[in-house]
Amino acid sequence: MSLDDLDRRLLTIIQSSFPIAAEPYKQLAEELNTTEEDILSRVQRFKDTGLIRRIGGIFDSRNLGYKSTLCAMRAPEDKLEKAIAVVNEYPGVTHNYLREHEFNVWFTLITPSEEYMEKVLDEIRERTGCEVHNLPAVRFFKIKVDFRLDKERQGAAEAAQ
Amino acid sequence: MLTEVDKKLIRLLQDDLPVTSRPFAALAEQVGLTEEEVIARTKEYQEKGYMRRFGVALRHREVGFTANGMGCWDVPEERAEEVGKTMATFREASHCYQRPRFEGWPYSHFTMIHGETREECEAIAKRISEATGITNYRLLFSTEELKKTSMRYFMEE
Repeated sequence: MSLDDLDRRLLTIIQSSFPIAAEPYKQLAEELNTTEEDILSRVQRFKDTGLIRRIGGIFDSRNLGYKSTLCAMRAPEDKLEKAIAVVNEYPGVTHNYLREHEFNVWFTLITPSEEYMEKVLDEIRERTGCEVHNLPAVRFFKIKVDFRLDKERQGAAEAAQ
Repeated sequence: MLTEVDKKLIRLLQDDLPVTSRPFAALAEQVGLTEEEVIARTKEYQEKGYMRRFGVALRHREVGFTANGMGCWDVPEERAEEVGKTMATFREASHCYQRPRFEGWPYSHFTMIHGETREECEAIAKRISEATGITNYRLLFSTEELKKTSMRYFMEE
């Protein structure tokens, strides 16, 4: 789908600060100098075309008492397909990527406790027969994803160097 | 402390907010609070750090960021803090963490690097390398997205 200038400005705003207010779309319309109907139809179009997955809260697993980690799995060619299916079954596995390395399957796992995390990983090791390393973060430097889609993106990227 | 009502509201907030004029009123009805209470509690979750942000989740691959490389960096422990902070200043690096090393894996710092092409990601990694002086690194490109979902909390109860 093609995005016009207003689409891009709207997307940039609602990524990080969707208004938590009684009439959020009206507030966005005022900010962007258009009508509430226009904003509602643009957002609906973003959803219909699959550009946005959902509008909602991104919660902090640590502050909610959950444990999260990144896992590196070495899955040889003959075990790969089965291993991916097994890993993806778990609801706590939120991201999983195939990467170009001997450790080729990298997934994130979020669980209510460390004990449960170990249990899930042991189960994955046993069911896949693959080596899995649990790499929980020891220091956090940046946890936010924020992409600028408007025209200033390039400028901001350069300023950050 | 989060009450049962809070957990119920959090479950709703991790769903998809309706695209209607008064979306929080719709949530209020389901959770048995007023619209004002829902808005106040949602803001409070953000202030207290339970909620990192409220907004849209994009499908990055559909908005021009087609390459993603996991930057893996071998950073000496005595420089871990300082180098991590420098890496975090790069706008194109969306995450930055220090993680344990393991046998056969010398890298301690992880940054997710997003660009429109592999070459762009490589150029960003090179700039990070120059800014930090860390020269032992590699960029692991993803060849396939196997799963991508949002975590749903308090669903196990």
